[in-house]
Amino acid sequence: MTSTAVKSRAAASGRAGDKIFSGAALGAGVLILITLFAVALFLLIQALPTFSADPAEITGGEGFFAYIFPIIIGTVIAAAIALVIATPIGIGVALFISHFAPRQIAGPLGYVIDLLAAIPSVIYGAWGYMVLAPALVPGYEWLSQNLGFIPIFEGPASQTGKTILTASIVLAVMVLPIITSLSREIFLQTPKLHEEAALALGATRWEMITTAVLPFARPGIISAVMLGLGRALGETMAVALVLSTGGLIPSLIKTGNQTIAAEIALNFPEAFGLRLAELIAAGLVLFLITLVVNMIARAIIARHKEFSGAN
Amino acid sequence: MKTDQDLAPKQPTPPSRKRNSLAKGKLPKWAIPATAAGSIILGAAASTLGGFAIATFAIYSALLFVIAATIITSLVEGNRRGKNALATYLVYGAFLLALIPLASVLYTVLQKGIPGINMHFLTSSMNGVTGAVDNATVENGTPVIGGAYHAVMGTLLITLWATLISVPVGMLTAIYLVEYGKGGPLSKAITFFVDVMTGIPSIVAGLFAAAFFGLLLGPNSRMGIVAAVALSVLMIPTVVRSTEEMLKIVPNELREASYALGVRRWRTILKVVIPTAISGIASGVTLAIARVIGETAPILVTAGIASNINLNVFADWMSTLPTFIYYQILTPTSPTNIDPSLQRAWAAALLLIVMVMALNLIARLVAKIFAPKNGR
Repeated sequence: MTSTAVKSRAAASGRAGDKIFSGAALGAGVLILITLFAVALFLLIQALPTFSADPAEITGGEGFFAYIFPIIIGTVIAAAIALVIATPIGIGVALFISHFAPRQIAGPLGYVIDLLAAIPSVIYGAWGYMVLAPALVPGYEWLSQNLGFIPIFEGPASQTGKTILTASIVLAVMVLPIITSLSREIFLQTPKLHEEAALALGATRWEMITTAVLPFARPGIISAVMLGLGRALGETMAVALVLSTGGLIPSLIKTGNQTIAAEIALNFPEAFGLRLAELIAAGLVLFLITLVVNMIARAIIARHKEFSGAN
Repeated sequence: MKTDQDLAPKQPTPPSRKRNSLAKGKLPKWAIPATAAGSIILGAAASTLGGFAIATFAIYSALLFVIAATIITSLVEGNRRGKNALATYLVYGAFLLALIPLASVLYTVLQKGIPGINMHFLTSSMNGVTGAVDNATVENGTPVIGGAYHAVMGTLLITLWATLISVPVGMLTAIYLVEYGKGGPLSKAITFFVDVMTGIPSIVAGLFAAAFFGLLLGPNSRMGIVAAVALSVLMIPTVVRSTEEMLKIVPNELREASYALGVRRWRTILKVVIPTAISGIASGVTLAIARVIGETAPILVTAGIASNINLNVFADWMSTLPTFIYYQILTPTSPTNIDPSLQRAWAAALLLIVMVMALNLIARLVAKIFAPKNGR
């Protein structure tokens, strides 16, 4: 009698345990979905005063659009330059590790590049501020003297080196490990038979890469670059520390330009009232931009998942 | 694998030469090193013309070498081999180029950070350290006063709370995805949005937490727990992804064996599945901690800054190492004598890098040591 009671109690507790556990797991999953929507919702609620405010009260005095537009362009410029620098180098490094380096040292070299991703962004910012910016001043002077007729290199060059080009170079260093590690994974998944077939037909190593590896990896590379773009758009510290900010100007080697993330970081600690709402609205814009970029990247990966395995 | 074996067309050579017939149409072994040596000498000469600098020397030499070696290879071994050589040099060059910032960052942090690390720095806060104190330090040449103890404690506490929030949520979500969801529409949505969440800019996560607690507790409510929530938003996706990967590779036979013994599902998961995967999960969590411990932007907008020691995450502003570094550089304690502030900033940077690297190392060790012993 007692034994059956114990048994049934144990069974009941087991059933309850099952329910609680699966409920908790489901709850956690749903919580994540809620969090993501809450991010958008709370930013929207806190940003609302900006959109209803008198345009003259917004920073700059011409309404929110006139305020946000130059810094969106600044963000895009900084991220675009960073990608132009980081994409070829990142793919080169990935190829080096997957196809060029001797097998025994390829793995450790991969770890070394991954170390780049482990360094906190504020340290990159400090490095860009103290080391890279002063080191680039002579280069900027040379550019303004010899290529000054091109608007993006118009002088006089910044004497501190704290320009959008410096910030972009720091950003490039930060997105490099993302592009490298994702491309490397995909390069390594190229079917061995394709590579060997190319080599057997007498292709050189480079011809093998252009005919077998790169076509196979193209969607993966695109999505790696898109993820790098998402990172570059949202990166704060590198820009906040490195760039001495100003209005939107075409020259990359003069003081000026600003990005959304840095604008928030630099002004938020002292902001209150409408200014706070403005900065949160700017954050909402940044969130939407990176959301679109990341969703496109993930969609590309998902479409090619079955044969690339890049996820 | 050797890829560029002798593939160039065979050319007739005068019989007097004593080279192996297989080596015809190939550069002799010394040709490329000789080109390299020549380029280095010419590069040094060229850079001396405009005032010698390491940077111009390296750029000129590298350019000369790539161009010269490509042309020589093209002339002797044919166009295709020339292209191959060019690509090879560029790929090696890309790798060397990527190492420069890494080496420079590590060197800078070590060189500027080591002088500032001492017991005083590790055990005192910035409480009472003002511009006047720093000015006196510089004038009298005494050791720098003020340290990062408050920032270290802030970093540890905020990261601890972030971990306490993220690990259960992240692990339970991963369990749902692998054990319960099984590719249903909800689990597909969760997977997709977890991926999207990975890409949230860290400052937006900070703004979210600030906006959320701002609505809850009134504007400008900044404290450690707000920062911990912001960091959790960044940490959860990482935890979910790594746990999910680990749970997926637990063999199904283990689950089935457990069910066959009449064990309930939740006990199977807790006692069989998770212990099998725990090494990977632990290392994934450690890497996630390493990722968020260095975040600056979300702390900036959620926890503010403090110069005194605050060990309560539920009240008052807090400093962390990253924000400490940021403010010491951007707004030095004494605007006229910035050296003490810079010394503190770099010492804190060294401390932070050591923490992050240690966490990365621990993650690798955990994965290795606690990996399930594979009997098969």
